[in-house]
Amino acid sequence: MTDNPAITQIKADVEANDVVLFMKGSPMFPQCGFSAAVVQILSQLEVKFKGVDVLADDTVRQGVKEFSNWPTVPQLYVKGEFVGGCDIVREMAESGELEDLFKDKEVATA
Amino acid sequence: MTIYRDRIEQKLSAALSPQTLVIEDESHLHAGHAGAHPDGGDETHFKVRIVSDVFEGENRVARQRRVYALLSDELNERVHALSLTTQTPAESKSGASP
Repeated sequence: MTDNPAITQIKADVEANDVVLFMKGSPMFPQCGFSAAVVQILSQLEVKFKGVDVLADDTVRQGVKEFSNWPTVPQLYVKGEFVGGCDIVREMAESGELEDLFKDKEVATA
Repeated sequence: MTIYRDRIEQKLSAALSPQTLVIEDESHLHAGHAGAHPDGGDETHFKVRIVSDVFEGENRVARQRRVYALLSDELNERVHALSLTTQTPAESKSGASP
């Protein structure tokens, strides 16, 4: 357990939403090329996701790094499970694994 | 400036005994954006390709966590993003990813 409210919030978001993307900027206006790339991949797969803008709250920006044991943003979660950052998401999208993952986990599409 | 590039190379070489290690400074692609260093210099964004036996049996997340852990000082101090390709020698030969 943690007494860090940012981590409590991150945990709640990850548990309440099938697909969560911690990113810089919003899905409509990404502030970083790596975040934009992941948004584009999710959009192409027509997956509904919650985007959390880490630039809006520095405690979330630091907290998500600690929570995931992963030092960079973006970070993708599917059904509570950490999938990876931009490189991993891109590789999985190219190989078809990402689509399979969404199917296996019965993630709702838009 | 290649201070961080050299540090990255030394740490990864020592810890992973890589068969292939390619480090490219891509900071110029990100000049002026939020992650660029305030001094406007380079060495903030690197693209790193590593081929090593160490990755055998590990999934992508485990491999990248391993690399991030080795470079935690560099990430804390200056480096803003690492674009990582992590393969075993067999994967590198076949062109496949884990």
